[in-house]
Amino acid sequence: MTIDAKDRKILSATQGGLPLVSKPFAEIASWLKMDEVDVMNRITAMQKAGIVRRIAIAPNHYALGMVANGMSVWDVDDEDVNRLGPLVGKLDFVTHCYVRPRALPDWPYNLFAMIHGFDRASVETHRNEISDLLGTACRGNDILYSTRILKKTGMRISRES
Amino acid sequence: MRRTPLPATALDATDRQLINLLQDGIAVESSPFETVGARLAITENEVIERITRLRAIGAITRFGPFLDAAAMGGAFCLCAMSVPAERFDEVTDLVNEHSEVAHNYEREHKLNMWFVLACDRKEGIEATASRIEMETGLNVFKFPKLKEFFIGFKVAA
Repeated sequence: MTIDAKDRKILSATQGGLPLVSKPFAEIASWLKMDEVDVMNRITAMQKAGIVRRIAIAPNHYALGMVANGMSVWDVDDEDVNRLGPLVGKLDFVTHCYVRPRALPDWPYNLFAMIHGFDRASVETHRNEISDLLGTACRGNDILYSTRILKKTGMRISRES
Repeated sequence: MRRTPLPATALDATDRQLINLLQDGIAVESSPFETVGARLAITENEVIERITRLRAIGAITRFGPFLDAAAMGGAFCLCAMSVPAERFDEVTDLVNEHSEVAHNYEREHKLNMWFVLACDRKEGIEATASRIEMETGLNVFKFPKLKEFFIGFKVAA
């Protein structure tokens, strides 16, 4: 699906947040001089196409007490990573899990699993659980704790197409 | 953005249920908050007031559409840089200046700055990364996702 100028306007108008009013889509429609049904149909079409993944809240992990956030990274055999990755992604303490390219010699890791925890000790316990799961298919691992959020705005859409 | 835990008393049981429920998202319908309220046995107004308050106290960072750059012909790319300590603040400003930088974290590692580029055109990734390299004089490592193992949203409030 290719988004047109009106879709772009809707995304641009809502990227800071959905209006917190009784009829949010009617409100967006009034800003853009469109009608509510058109706005809802367009968002639904973008949702079906996967462009809008969901309309949801982004929790602030730090505020909710999850102050230990570790990006665990793993050097897993290329033949095994597609079989093992889903098992890591399924663990309830892993919020995101991806295969990414290595950048040798600086960066030997190809599997990334984000672990959120209430303290570093619990994150380290989870890291060991992943290590056990990967077993001999994994040649090495590291964990990078975040010490500061420098920016968090989400994706921005330019208004013009 | 709030970086310290809220006091335990800041959220009641309904707030926590709301946070868990709204991570999965609302339906696209005329009065979505009425539907959310019905599931928690509270009024539409109370849903709106609670979300407004959760945002004001920093329990949530935003409430709105989550976009997939790839589905609209664009791309996301995780990038990392090794920034000398004495240049960290200056480089942070140079990187964050770009609207394509969706988020940026300082991490404990030789590669100490990790940010995500989100572009609505694929060429935007390379172009923005090159611009950042020129502006900072530092190498930008690019780690685009090759595969995602995605199960759901599970930050239990």
